[in-house]
Formats: sequence, structure tokens, C-alpha cells
Amino acid sequence: MNQVPNSAMIEMRNVSKWYGQFQVLTDCSTRVSKGEVIVVCGPSGSGKSTLIKCVNGLEVFQQGEVIVDGTSVGDPKTDLPRLRAHVGMVFQHFELFPHMTITDNLTIGQIKVLRRSKEEAQEKAARLLDRVGLKQQAHKHPGQLSGGQQQRVAIARALCMDPICMLFDEPTSALDPEMINEVLDVMVELAKEGMTMMCVSHEMGFARKVAHRVIFMDQGRIIEDATRDEFFGTPRSERAQLFLSKILSH
Amino acid sequence: MHGDFDFSVLVDSLPFLWTGLQFTLKLTAVAMLGGIALGTLLALARLSPIAPLARAASWYVNIMRSIPLVMVILWFFLVIPLITGKPMGAENSALVTFTLFEAAFYCEIMRAGIQSVSRGQVAAGYAMGFTYGQNMRLVILPQAFRNMLPVLLTQTIVLFQDTSLVYAIGAKDLLKAAEVAGKNYNRPVEMVIFAALIYFVMCYSLSFVVKRLQQRFAFKR
Repeated sequence: MNQVPNSAMIEMRNVSKWYGQFQVLTDCSTRVSKGEVIVVCGPSGSGKSTLIKCVNGLEVFQQGEVIVDGTSVGDPKTDLPRLRAHVGMVFQHFELFPHMTITDNLTIGQIKVLRRSKEEAQEKAARLLDRVGLKQQAHKHPGQLSGGQQQRVAIARALCMDPICMLFDEPTSALDPEMINEVLDVMVELAKEGMTMMCVSHEMGFARKVAHRVIFMDQGRIIEDATRDEFFGTPRSERAQLFLSKILSH
Repeated sequence: MHGDFDFSVLVDSLPFLWTGLQFTLKLTAVAMLGGIALGTLLALARLSPIAPLARAASWYVNIMRSIPLVMVILWFFLVIPLITGKPMGAENSALVTFTLFEAAFYCEIMRAGIQSVSRGQVAAGYAMGFTYGQNMRLVILPQAFRNMLPVLLTQTIVLFQDTSLVYAIGAKDLLKAAEVAGKNYNRPVEMVIFAALIYFVMCYSLSFVVKRLQQRFAFKR
């Protein structure tokens, strides 16, 4: 897993974004190669979530460029729904569709966006539900599942679309502590299979285990973009050192 | 007469009252379904980033909501034939008027419903690759509709009562039927009391349904 091919899956060049007068992202540049796992961390309000939402165009940015698998996200001519269909996203609050069963949550995108047949979609949904260990819950509604289960369903839902890369926006921070590991286990497995992943997370154990690189952000800037060993060994910036000492001291 | 009541005439007039009630129910159903459909489109227009569209819808809603219904009913009945050149008939005029009028009220309910769906849900739909139309149809509107169901039904109860205003243009609804039957049998008071009873029973049972629905939805999520 440390062998990283060199073709870029996600490339961000000098991305800047403002909310009115307030600048949320300043000159953010990074590059995620195919098969690479990147963990983005930093204090709250540092722009981490905004940064990864620029990757699939859920957030618009005013300056710079984001290229995903050769497609420019900010280009008005880009067919965003088509691009997003192949960029999986997992949210902090799961965001399963509450009015649909688990199976429908997993098949609707396949049927409506990828134009798969119902049978094909259901077969794929069953396979991925089984993979995250939730085969028995297929007929239930999201409200009947625990947070950890919902988040695993959300990961399965994203995987149903055969994503070329996956974005995780603090996938474990809304979970009770005893449910965090069941979600991280799924993510670790995914990383080991070679999925390209960009994860906003404070789970440093996860970062240590599977991340190739760690990006540290503060006040809308990428302060540090280092390999895992560099980051945990000798972070160059004082701000990152302070952050690490705060979250690792317990 | 002498102030004593005689309710025996009610039985004889039931078939006639039924024809009136049928129109009242038809008007309620058409205005509800048409009003919710048109109201939802208006709500989408009001929330649209296309400024002229949003402004036009907003004008429509504000004007409709600022004019007394009975005036809108009269105005449509009198003015539309002048424009089209042929009379429309009181019943058809009422159907069109109520649909257009109620749409303004259903619009505001659906707008609140659409806004009650969390931004996260909207983002999740787009992240899945849905277009705006798909996201509305598959993710947002079903939830908006479910969230607003009790309010939509409450508005429908008001609509049901308001249908009696078509007496102004002489459309044959329940109230008009009761009035006519009252004259025929020379028992106007009994007829009007009976009509009121029918309105009451129907509205009361509907509001009971609404209360049950509210309780059922309160337990979800």
C-alpha cells in the first residue's frame, strides 16, 4: 500500500474562496494520486470541510482550479452531476434519505443516475450491504439504525456508484465512541484495497494506520502537507505541533 | 311556522342536498390537488435563483393573498367572459378560481416545507449525482411534503369551508342547495342548520385526522 502510482486523481491549484468579505480558503494547493489516502486535519473552522467539498463542487470557489480525473470542477461547461456520480461522499451526519428504505437508499442513485436495471442495482446493493455487515437491515428505514450502522450504510451507498475516489467529511465525529471503530474498520479496509481517499478526520489512529499523507489546515490555509511519517515524526510548523500535542496528549 | 322546527322535510330534500354536496366536494378536491401542484411550482419559482421568476411568483402569491376570496371569485366570474368572449358557467369559474387562489396558500406551505429539508440532505442528493430536478423530485419534495402534511390538510379544511363563498356567483354547492331547498319547502332555517351540521361534521372529522397525523409524525426520527 505504500506503492503509490503517480497519476493525479485530484489536483487543487491555488484554490481560494470567500463568503462575502470573509476568506475561508486561501491559495490551497495539493495533489492526490490514484490510490492515495489523504487525511485532512486542523482546528474547527479551518476550512477542511469546505476544501473537500470543492472537490465535487458542492462548494463553489472563486479562484484557482480543481481537477478531478482530468475534469475541471470549476469550469461552467463541466457536467457536475456526471462528475459527482463517480466521486463518493460520506457526510458527518450520514444524510441517508429518511423516507426510503436502506435498499432504496443504495439503489436510487444506481437506477436514476447510472441507469442500471433495478435487478442489477439491488444485487449490487445487497453485496455492498453484506460487505459492511448490514445485510439484515436492508428493508429498514435509516431512523431504525444506530449512528454507526447508518454511517456504514452511507459508505455502502457511495460505493454502489463505483466511485473513482471517496471524500469523507468528518465521518466519525457525530458518532458515539463505541461506534467509531466499526466505521473506521470499513474505511481502513477500503484504504487497503487501494481506494483513493480524502478524509477530513481527527482520528489520528486512522491516519497513522492508513494515510499516505496528512494535510494540516489552519485559518483557510494548508499549513502542512507531509507524508505520514514526517507529519507524526517531526511536523515542521509550530501550529501543527501544537495541534498534535493537544489532540494526542490524552 | 310559529317558530317551531320541522325537520321532517330534510329527508325529502336529501337527494337534492347531495347534488350540492357533490359539487362542494368536487371543488374542494380539484382546488386541493390543482392548488398543491400549482403551489409547488410557485414555491420552486419563489426559491429559484432566477430573479425575475422568483419576483413574478412572489407577486402572484402576495396579490392573491391580499384580496378577499369572495372578490376574486366575483372578479373571475365577471371578467374572464369579457376576455374570452364566452360565458364560463359558475361551476367552471369556481373550479378555476379556487385552484388559482389556493395555489398561493399552498405555495407558502410548500416553500416552508422545502426549506425545512436540511442542507445536508440537499448536498447528499447532489453528491449522488442527481440533477436539480431529480434532487427535488426524489429527495427534497417527498420530505417537504411529509413534513408539511398536517399543515396542508389544515389548509384544505379552510378551503372546504371557503367553498361556500361560491354562493356569490350562484354556483350550486351545498349551501346553495340548502338555500334552494329551504325556499321550496318553506323551511329555510332548518335547511341552513342542517347544512351547517354537515360542514361541521366533515371539518371536525378531518381535523381529527390531522391531529392523529401530527401525533404519528411527532414520534418519527
